[in-house]
Amino acid sequence: MTKDEDIDEVHTGFQFDNLARNNMLVSRGIQMPTAVKTGTTIVGVVYKEGVVLGADTRATSGDLIADKNCDKIHYMQPNIYCCGAGTAADLEMTTQLMSSQLELHRLNTGRQVLVRTANRMLSQMLFRYQGHVGAALVLGGVDKYGPALYSIHPHGSSDYGPYQVMGSGSLAAMSVFETRWKPDLELEEAKLMVRDAIAAGIFNDLFSGSNVDMCVITRDGATHVRPYEVANIKGKRLGKYNYKRGSTAVLSSNVKKIEIVSETVKKTPSSTDESMDTA
Amino acid sequence: MSAEMLAMSEYGRDPRKHHFSPYADNGGTTIAIAGDDFVMVGSDTRLTNYSGILSRNQTKVFPLTEKTMIASTGCWADVLSLYKDLQAKLTLYSQEHHDEMSTPAIAQLVSTVLYWRRFFPYYVSNMVIGLDEDGSGVVYHYDPVGHMEKLRFSSAGASVAQIQPLLDNQLGALNMKDAVPPKVTKALAHQLMHDAFISAAERDVKTGDSCIIYTVTKDGVAEEQVKLRRD
Amino acid sequence: MNIEAPPLWSNGPKPGLFYDFPGRSVGQSLVNDHAKTHTMYPTTTGTSVIGIVFDGGVMIAADKLGSYGSLARFRNVERIFKATDEAVLAFGGDIADYQFIREVIEQKVRDDECGGYSKQLDAGALHSWLTRVLYNRRSRFNPLWLDCVVAGFRAGKPFLGFVDKIGTAYEATEVASGFGQYFAIPMLRSAREKKSDGIFTQAEARKVIEEAMKVLYYRDCRGFHRYMVATVTKEGVTIDDDLDLKKDTNWDLAHLTKLL
Repeated sequence: MTKDEDIDEVHTGFQFDNLARNNMLVSRGIQMPTAVKTGTTIVGVVYKEGVVLGADTRATSGDLIADKNCDKIHYMQPNIYCCGAGTAADLEMTTQLMSSQLELHRLNTGRQVLVRTANRMLSQMLFRYQGHVGAALVLGGVDKYGPALYSIHPHGSSDYGPYQVMGSGSLAAMSVFETRWKPDLELEEAKLMVRDAIAAGIFNDLFSGSNVDMCVITRDGATHVRPYEVANIKGKRLGKYNYKRGSTAVLSSNVKKIEIVSETVKKTPSSTDESMDTA
Repeated sequence: MSAEMLAMSEYGRDPRKHHFSPYADNGGTTIAIAGDDFVMVGSDTRLTNYSGILSRNQTKVFPLTEKTMIASTGCWADVLSLYKDLQAKLTLYSQEHHDEMSTPAIAQLVSTVLYWRRFFPYYVSNMVIGLDEDGSGVVYHYDPVGHMEKLRFSSAGASVAQIQPLLDNQLGALNMKDAVPPKVTKALAHQLMHDAFISAAERDVKTGDSCIIYTVTKDGVAEEQVKLRRD
Repeated sequence: MNIEAPPLWSNGPKPGLFYDFPGRSVGQSLVNDHAKTHTMYPTTTGTSVIGIVFDGGVMIAADKLGSYGSLARFRNVERIFKATDEAVLAFGGDIADYQFIREVIEQKVRDDECGGYSKQLDAGALHSWLTRVLYNRRSRFNPLWLDCVVAGFRAGKPFLGFVDKIGTAYEATEVASGFGQYFAIPMLRSAREKKSDGIFTQAEARKVIEEAMKVLYYRDCRGFHRYMVATVTKEGVTIDDDLDLKKDTNWDLAHLTKLL
């Protein structure tokens, strides 16, 4: 039997000490930095021969649109892609890390990675972080067992099913699937449904917007179309806002002479007129 | 969806934990620019709550008299109540005096009405715009508890942080060397207001759908609607 | 003389006292505070209400469930009623507050009738009136915990309006409260955008309302399959109060969601 003292000495796994520290700092009135969120509508649907994933392209920071055309469909493997909603940095790092982990797994096993493997690895990683990695994912792909589609919540739970939605626009998108989904969809039907689901999010959810991105995955590989549809055209301004030279006031100026100590010019055999300008 | 995103939406909260808040943020942006013989005021037409759009066609500019209007954004329930209160007071005034209240008098009235609710404020950003006794355009800007400032141009609401610097620069000639404020013509006011709304809709989730621009002159009020992004 | 009966169940109320809902802080207790207390949270609740304008009229719908927290307590609650020939009202939120305001409105309508006013209250008038009542109650920190949808006619034209518990009021061609805001509104808007003129016929309106109620039943934990639909046209008000979605729902999907 292990005694309590023994347990205290074991330092394995994750530590959440900084969490208590951060909460203490916040309670003392210290402002934590705000992270960019992808308010987001992301969806996926299984059709006859594969999976169609879809995403909007708006990233927000509070009420401000931080990125009007961000990419929310991430590469995992040639046969697996993953849509992400939540904290932008967490999504970027999670998907990058996982795609390299899956590649190592592929090299180790010498086989195409299964979608269920990606699902399990992502779920386990997110569970370890107890929801502090704010990533909500829709994972889709095709492997030797056929098409598969999962959604994974930030705390590490995951759902499997023929259609999945995530993000703040997920309710609007879900209304499309709940009214129109049927088994054994054709490719064009699936694409139209994904487009309409993302459009529902774009136009009805404030934190989703701009364009529709889409990724179709079949046994033969994936095609990532970006943008699939430009749902919103930028308004045209009437005026031109250029400034006259010298509009910026010079408060003070200080000129320093730069002494060149040595100078080397090298001619390399490959340097031609077409060489890249690296000055 | 992160915990913060969830907490922003009504449906994301713990279903047992209801709490009562008398205020809501319903978004909306307003701009006003005064000229020598006119004044222009505009608002976007999107009404929001949480992460949803309640209406795509709701103006936030209301007529008070023939030559005075009020532009209000913030808590929509307060906007409606404040406007109803002002309408009642102006009706009483006009029936008592057989004349409309002047724009400067209305400006003072709004300040007083707002301060009456000093300790339970109307959560509203207001601008009163109109023609003064000389027929020239004026803009009055208020804080929610009745502080008043008379200006030549101003903006308020959701996108104020994006639009006010633009107006300060283009109309006030601020932050430029050797620049002089331009003469404010109807064309210039219209162009700036139009472009400001287009740009705000690009970057602010709570501004969009369309904007309505009203031009007040001695001949009456002209109205124009311009489409904006709907996402 | 102080005979205390034990609680009715563990952590439950003593006889004659109120049940303290979990999640409320201790200091807020209804029975122990001597100061006047108000409805700061709803008790028995109704979920979404939805409504749309169609060619020549307005249609609204609400299900018939009265939820007691997460308990599906009352299964035959009417949340829609006809006020006059030109106005029907539907409510989400606290059922007790709804039943209270309904009595007030019905008495108002009777008073007008007895007073011999030729003009009966229309939807526009009731919407405006509700705005004031709800805003006044919120300003006194004693809100009526309601989301109201007012449907009917104003000055002879179809009218559809919404008011919430703090007095937020607007008119629109499609309105919804609660989860309807997130599920039904996108459906109603995209259905309208598919029409070139943006105008529904009464039959189309009925179909899209039914679709929306079905999605709400699928996806809202406080939703229910029994529901009511009220239609207001120039001919008057018709209320279908015994509709059921159960036969139209399809749960085949359940077999496809098994984790591999």
